[in-house]
Formats: sequence, C-alpha cells, structure tokens
Amino acid sequence: MDALRRNILKNAGGVGMIGLAIGAGLLKPTLALADWNKSAFDAKTVPEAVKALGAANAAESKEIAIKAPDIAENGVVVPVEITSNIPGTEYIMVLAENNPTPLIADFDLTNGAMGYVAIRIKMGKTGPVRAIVKANGKFYTAFKQVKVTIGGCGG
Amino acid sequence: MEPMRMRATIQGDVADIKLLINHPEETGLRKDPKTGQLVPAHFITNITATVNGKKVLSAQWGVGISKNPFMGFKVKGAKAGDKVVVSWVDNKGETQTGETTIGS
Repeated sequence: MDALRRNILKNAGGVGMIGLAIGAGLLKPTLALADWNKSAFDAKTVPEAVKALGAANAAESKEIAIKAPDIAENGVVVPVEITSNIPGTEYIMVLAENNPTPLIADFDLTNGAMGYVAIRIKMGKTGPVRAIVKANGKFYTAFKQVKVTIGGCGG
Repeated sequence: MEPMRMRATIQGDVADIKLLINHPEETGLRKDPKTGQLVPAHFITNITATVNGKKVLSAQWGVGISKNPFMGFKVKGAKAGDKVVVSWVDNKGETQTGETTIGS
C-alpha cells in the first residue's frame, strides 16, 4: 500500500471518506486507489518477483523485441524499448535480472494501447533485460543481454 | 515541481506519446557523498495515462527506473486533437498530472 493511500486511510477514517473525496473531485480515482505490489518489487530474484505478479510459466517468444544497447557504459541510464507483436498484448513486465531487486516496472495496456513501452532503467551490473508479456491470458517472455561497464544502482 | 514534458504525435491512427518527468528516483541504496548517510528512497510507484478520458496505461514502477524518468507508449485508434492526461504518485505521496493534445 503506498504512502498516499495509507495517509488517506489514516486521515479520512475509511473507504467511505475516500469515496467522498473522489466525488468532490479532490482525488484522482486511479491514483488514490492505485496498488503497488511491494512483495514483487522487494523480491531479490526473478522467480520470486514473477510469482508475486502471478506470471508463471511464460513461454519463450520471438514475437517480443527488446531494444537496448549491447554495451551500456553507464548503468544509471539504460534505454529499453519493448515491442510485443503478439496479438492481444495487454501487459508488459520489465526486469533487470542481476539487479538487487530485479523487477523494474509493469504496464497494463488497455483501450487501444499497443504492445509497446519505452523506459530508461538502472542496471547494477551486466545481465539480461527480460520482458514478460501477457496476451489472451497467456504469458510469453524474451530477454536481451546488456553488458554494463559502470553499475548504476548504488551510486 | 517542474512540469512534466510531454509530446504526442500521430501517424495514421497510432499516437506516439513520449514524456519526461522531473523526479530524483532515489533507490534508498545511495549514500550521500558528503555525510556518508543513505539517502532515503524516493521514487514513483504508480503512473497512469488516459486518452480522451479512457485509461490506456496503468503501470507500477520500482526503484530501477532512472532519475528524471522517460516513458514512451503508443495508442491505436487515436486522432489528432485527442487529449492525453498522465498522472503519477510516488512513495512519499507526492503526485503530478500533465496533459497534452495529440498533434497532427
């Protein structure tokens, strides 16, 4: 549960008041009720993170393209573009497998959003950047190895 | 807080939306070089985007997103003049909303 939501719960005394706040236009409903999967983001390994997000048994797919540098001289900023050509792509998860906490982000895509996201990520050391895609209820995955010259997590 | 920088262009019926956010994205693992103390974690946890009020993207972000985050995404079925709204919230409860109109 994020801090905003916790504070609202504490200050307003419950869900009823959140409803009132939303009704009065004080809060953006999507953000006030946003969930953040702490166990997935705190997970130290890829299988733990993936399990926490319910994305088990992903099949390797050549229909997912990961665009990232072969060599990232500075792990503080590594541009990553994921394109899924799998029809019905509705979700993309991004992991840097050798980071202290591998899960970088996940994206729910709806109402015409295509199977594409571009972000810039931190990488602590050399390793695979992995994408896991959900399409029509099934999970697919691909990775690209990125060599990191100077790590970007601690410093 | 500096405003979000957003750009939305369209090719055919696919909108290409790019944005930059001003945010420290502290992992909680970095030491302040002057004091030697850990800098507390401060990072965006959730970001959402709508086109003409319909939710197109809803994401959870962790500490692995780079400082001053960039995000790009694409929406099919959009047209010039459609309104794009992006909002984020971070682990300290700070929020920001930015909006732009899809250009032709």
